[in-house]
Amino acid sequence: MSGSTPQGSGATRRPDGATLVAALILAGIAVVIWRDAARLPQAGGYAGVGPADVPRWIALGLAGLSLWSLVEAFRSGKAEREAQDTGPILWIVGGLAAQLALLSTAGFSIATGLLFAATAAAFGKRNLALTVPVGITFALVVYLLFAGLLKLSLPAGPLEGLVWDLFRGAKP
Amino acid sequence: MNTFDFLLQGLAVAMDPMILIYALIGVTLGTAVGVLPGIGPALTVALLLPVTYGLDPAGSLIMFAGIYYGGMYGGSTTSILLNTPGESASIVTALEGNKMARMGRGGPALATAAIGSFIAGLAATILLAFVAPTVVKLALVFGPRDYFALMVLAFVTVSSAFGESARKGLISLFVGLALALVGIDQLTGQARLSFGVPQLLDGIEVTTLAVAMFAVGEALFVAARRDTADDEVIAVKGSVWMTANDWARSWKPWLRGTIIGFPIGAMPAGGADIATFLSYAAEKRMSKHPEEFGHGAIEGVAGPEAANNASAAGTLVPLLTLGLPTTATAAIMLAGFQQFGLQPGPLLFATNPQLVWGLIASLLIANFMLLVLNLPLIGLWVRLLTIPRPWLYAGILVFATLGTIGANPSPVELSMLLIFGVMGYAMRLYGYPIAPVVVGLILGPMAEQQLRRALSISQGDLWTLVGSPVSATLLALSAIALIVPLILRARGKGKVLSQLASDED
Repeated sequence: MSGSTPQGSGATRRPDGATLVAALILAGIAVVIWRDAARLPQAGGYAGVGPADVPRWIALGLAGLSLWSLVEAFRSGKAEREAQDTGPILWIVGGLAAQLALLSTAGFSIATGLLFAATAAAFGKRNLALTVPVGITFALVVYLLFAGLLKLSLPAGPLEGLVWDLFRGAKP
Repeated sequence: MNTFDFLLQGLAVAMDPMILIYALIGVTLGTAVGVLPGIGPALTVALLLPVTYGLDPAGSLIMFAGIYYGGMYGGSTTSILLNTPGESASIVTALEGNKMARMGRGGPALATAAIGSFIAGLAATILLAFVAPTVVKLALVFGPRDYFALMVLAFVTVSSAFGESARKGLISLFVGLALALVGIDQLTGQARLSFGVPQLLDGIEVTTLAVAMFAVGEALFVAARRDTADDEVIAVKGSVWMTANDWARSWKPWLRGTIIGFPIGAMPAGGADIATFLSYAAEKRMSKHPEEFGHGAIEGVAGPEAANNASAAGTLVPLLTLGLPTTATAAIMLAGFQQFGLQPGPLLFATNPQLVWGLIASLLIANFMLLVLNLPLIGLWVRLLTIPRPWLYAGILVFATLGTIGANPSPVELSMLLIFGVMGYAMRLYGYPIAPVVVGLILGPMAEQQLRRALSISQGDLWTLVGSPVSATLLALSAIALIVPLILRARGKGKVLSQLASDED
C-alpha cells in the first residue's frame, strides 16, 4: 500500500510537470493565506504574536517549499510514473458527486447505493442492473442499523420513509 | 498509590461486562481491518468516531485502542497468505512470511506472528503502565515552550526524517498546517480562512480529512492502477502448531522485537514500520541461519511482528502522557479523546485515573482476546481475503461516507470529502506521504497555542523558546532530525531512509 512511485533517472532535461504543478499550488495556497492574514486585526497582546502571525509564517513556509519544488522540477527532470486509468477515477468521483447531489432529496440509501454501484464499476463490475439494487439494499441495511440502532442522524428519503412505515409502531 | 494499585483499579474497570464487550468489538474490528488490504486502523477509528458520539467515552476509547492492537495482529495474516501487506507495519512480515506459506509452512508462520504479537503486546502494555507515570511526572514540569519544542520535534520526525524526500514530507506537513488554520482562532476568536462559509468556522474535521485521504484516496489509487490482478491466497496447509525447533528459533526474536519496538513507538519518531524494519535487520544479522533469510526464515516473521505490536503500545506513551500523537492512528485517537471533551496529558492521569488505567488494563485483556481470535479462529479471517475487490471497495466507500454524513450531513462536508479524496489520490500517485497532513492538522493548532502562550509569558521574547534545557534539547534534536537526513540523501544514502518511510498507520 505504499504511495511512492518510481522516480526516473532524470536523463531528459525537461522539467517534471507534476513537481511544477505542486510548486504552483503551494504558491497559490501561500498567497491565499497571506491575503487572509492581512485582513485580520493585529491583536498580539503580551505575546506580540497575534492571530495573523502564525498564518504568515506558514504562508512563508509554503512559499519556500514552492521555490524548492520549482528548483527540484528543473534539477531532477521528468520523472517516469506508473500508467493510470482515468476511467475508474471518473466512476468513483462521479459516484461521490451523485451521492452529494442526491442525498438530501433521494435519501441516504438511494444516493449511497449509487455510490456503491459506481465504485464497483470502477473496480470492473460494470453490470449496473445488478450492482445498483445490491448497493441500495446494502445501504438500506446500513441505514437501518445505524439510524435505527445507533441513533445516527442520516438523511431519509422516500425509500427510508417506506421502510419506517412498515415498522411503524415498533420504531418512530 | 503505586502503579500496581492503579493497574488493579484499572482491571476492575476493565472487567466490567460492557467494557469487555467494547474491547471485544474493538479487537474483532481491528483484526478484520488489519486483514483486509486497503483499510487500516487509522481509517477505521476515523470511521467510528462519529458513530461513537453518543456512546460511553471509556468504552469507545478502549474500543479504539483495541482496533489499533487488532490491526497490528491482523496485518500479519494478509502479509503471510497474500503477500500484500494488510497495513504498512506488516510489509516486512511479507518478506519471509509469504515465502514460508509458499513452502507449506503458513501455519507456523501465522502462529509465530500471533504468539509474538501476544508476548510483545503484553510486555509492552506492562511497560506502558510502568513508564507512563514517570513520563507524567516529567511532563508536569513542562511549560508551554517545552510542549512547543516537543511538537516541533514530532513535526520533523513524522514529515521529513524518513521517507523518500524531505521536500515531499515537509510539503505534506505544511498542507496539514495550512488546513489547520481554517476556523476560529482559539485565543482571539478571529475567523481565519473561512471565506464566509459558516461550516468552515469550526475548522476542518480530522475525521473528514482522514477518511477522505485514507479511504477515498486509497480506493482511487487502487482502482486507477492498471495491474489490478488479484493476488492468490495461499491456503494454510498442515498444522498451525509450531515445532520445538520453531519455538527455539522464535522466542529470542519476540523479545528482541519487543525491546526494539517499544522505545521507537514511545519516541516521537514515527510509526511501527520503522520498528519492524530495524527488527528485521537485527534478526538477519544475529541469525544462525542467515542463508534462510529471503527464503522463509521464521525469525524474520517473529521479530518484526513482535516489534510492530510493541511499538503500538509504545505510541500510547506520548499520546496518553503528553497528548502527543506520533502516528496517524494516534492522531485520530487524540481526536477521539477530544470528541469526549478529554485532553490526554499529565492532567488526565490526575483527573480521570479510572479511564486511563481502565484503558491500559483493557489492553492487557485485549491481548488475550486477540490471541484467541488469531490462532484458533484464523480460518474465518482468511475467508475475508476472498471478498472480491469491487464489493470490498464499494463497501469501504459506503462506510466512509456514512461516517461523514452521520457527523455532519451538509453538502460542504461531503464536498470536502471529495476534494480531500482526490488530493489524497494525487499525493499517493506522486509519492507525498499522507500521515504528516493528518498529524499537521491535529497538532498545528496545539503547537500554535503553546507557542503563543510561551511568547505571552516572555512578553514576545523569542529567545524564551530555547530558554529551558528541555526545549533547547528538543529543538536541537529537531534540527538534527531535519538536517542529517538531508545530508544523507545528498550523499546518495537516501535508499535506507525511504525504506523506513512511515506510510499510513
